[in-house]
Amino acid sequence: MKVLIPSALRSYTESGWAEASGTTLADVLADLDRLYPGMRFRMIDEQNKIRRHIRFFVGGVQVRDLAQVLDPNAELIIVQALSGG
Amino acid sequence: MVQDTEQTATAPAPAEETSDPAQPVVLLVATRKGAWLYHGDAARFSWRVDGPHFLGHVISHLQLDPRDGRTLLAAAKTGHLGPPIFRSTDLGRSWKEAAKPPAFAAAKPGEQGRTVDHSFWLTPGNAAEPGVWYAGTSPQGLFRSEDGGVSWAPFSCINDDPQFRKWMGTVQDGTPDGPKLHSIIVDPRDARHLYIAMSGGGVHESTDGGKSFRPLIDGLDVVEGFDRSDATFHDPHCVRMAPGRPDRLYQQNHCGIYRLDRPSTTWQRIGRNIPAEVGDIGFPLVLHPRDANVAWVFPMDGSMVWPRTSPGGKPAVYATHDAGETWHRLDAGLPPGEAWWTVKRQAMTADAQNPVGLYFGTTSGELWGSADEGRTWHCIARHLPEIYAVEAAELAA
Repeated sequence: MKVLIPSALRSYTESGWAEASGTTLADVLADLDRLYPGMRFRMIDEQNKIRRHIRFFVGGVQVRDLAQVLDPNAELIIVQALSGG
Repeated sequence: MVQDTEQTATAPAPAEETSDPAQPVVLLVATRKGAWLYHGDAARFSWRVDGPHFLGHVISHLQLDPRDGRTLLAAAKTGHLGPPIFRSTDLGRSWKEAAKPPAFAAAKPGEQGRTVDHSFWLTPGNAAEPGVWYAGTSPQGLFRSEDGGVSWAPFSCINDDPQFRKWMGTVQDGTPDGPKLHSIIVDPRDARHLYIAMSGGGVHESTDGGKSFRPLIDGLDVVEGFDRSDATFHDPHCVRMAPGRPDRLYQQNHCGIYRLDRPSTTWQRIGRNIPAEVGDIGFPLVLHPRDANVAWVFPMDGSMVWPRTSPGGKPAVYATHDAGETWHRLDAGLPPGEAWWTVKRQAMTADAQNPVGLYFGTTSGELWGSADEGRTWHCIARHLPEIYAVEAAELAA
């Protein structure tokens, strides 16, 4: 599926869009990490929780569960709140 | 990642020539918005700027491996993203992310695991163990790498031990931006002899390579009304081992300045002879590379609500040349007033040259240096982001 990458993570992909495959959100993130090592840890912590202010959307609906099955024809949009004041 | 920006900052003429021409000094400056390297000339008065590296990233610590003189590690955090450690083997021309950064063990079923917010402190291992590094994190954890910082593993005896977890407390018990494990010290004579410090949680020693640690808090004051026998209430800010005399430790604590001469286990408070209107409260403490009787501190205001700024707005370094018996003020070249500076625990350092160069960075983004052991000071850089750490290193020839 196509994945929209937030600007803070484009140091990994060098592009705004990436392609990754998998049945669930966890699978897709694992595939992204295979393609771009280290990228998953920036979004998912060591307790397998989505980090604060990281959001995943498919078809305009927020995906909160890593085990959720995704529509392979949809686009996964990763959103990261910016901070740094 | 490749970043390369250079400009030159020039300071006033030196008061005296260095007597021991050595490798040029490079200052490794970590800030809340990125990292900078300042390459000094032979006199340590002109500095070539290389940076910013990681602009916009929080860099808590930047360290050069003294065993090869060229490998850099940077403890980073970016906004809300997970915290990586970056590694460079070409002095920052390119950086590669650690394959397995410090991360706590996954929680057992029914338990709540911890997550590393940021790596705070980096210490290279013993010279006999090339490739070994230690990292201290917030929340408090101790991690070790055996492959030069590429992959990191937790020390379960600290990170998951119920007694240590009690001493560490919760995020509400630590410093405002998170409790820190810091001041990781490796005995140059024995790689298995380690010290660590926790804010809060006290100072601890291991003689078995980190399999176990025991508190080393006797003689240290705590905030009035609390039990000094409980490591929970101890807040060491910066612990240093005298480079030429590893049985001597110095400490800037929340409650004063101390010295410990092993095998004694009782710290002696040595800051009381700093004038009372200045006090012995602060964060950093720096030691002479060859003379174990010489130390420098940067006192800050610990009165009333503890502003932790230069007392009276008049910044000064205080030095002792007799292991803390007496102290004298070093402020020539520093602003005479209206300078409300804060210097964090990692933001003051010394080089190994003769005379010793001293350096510190302020939270207001100024980098200052002295090429004559603090007798005269000059500003190396202004207008940097909040400075978290300054290290002085010598590159491989």
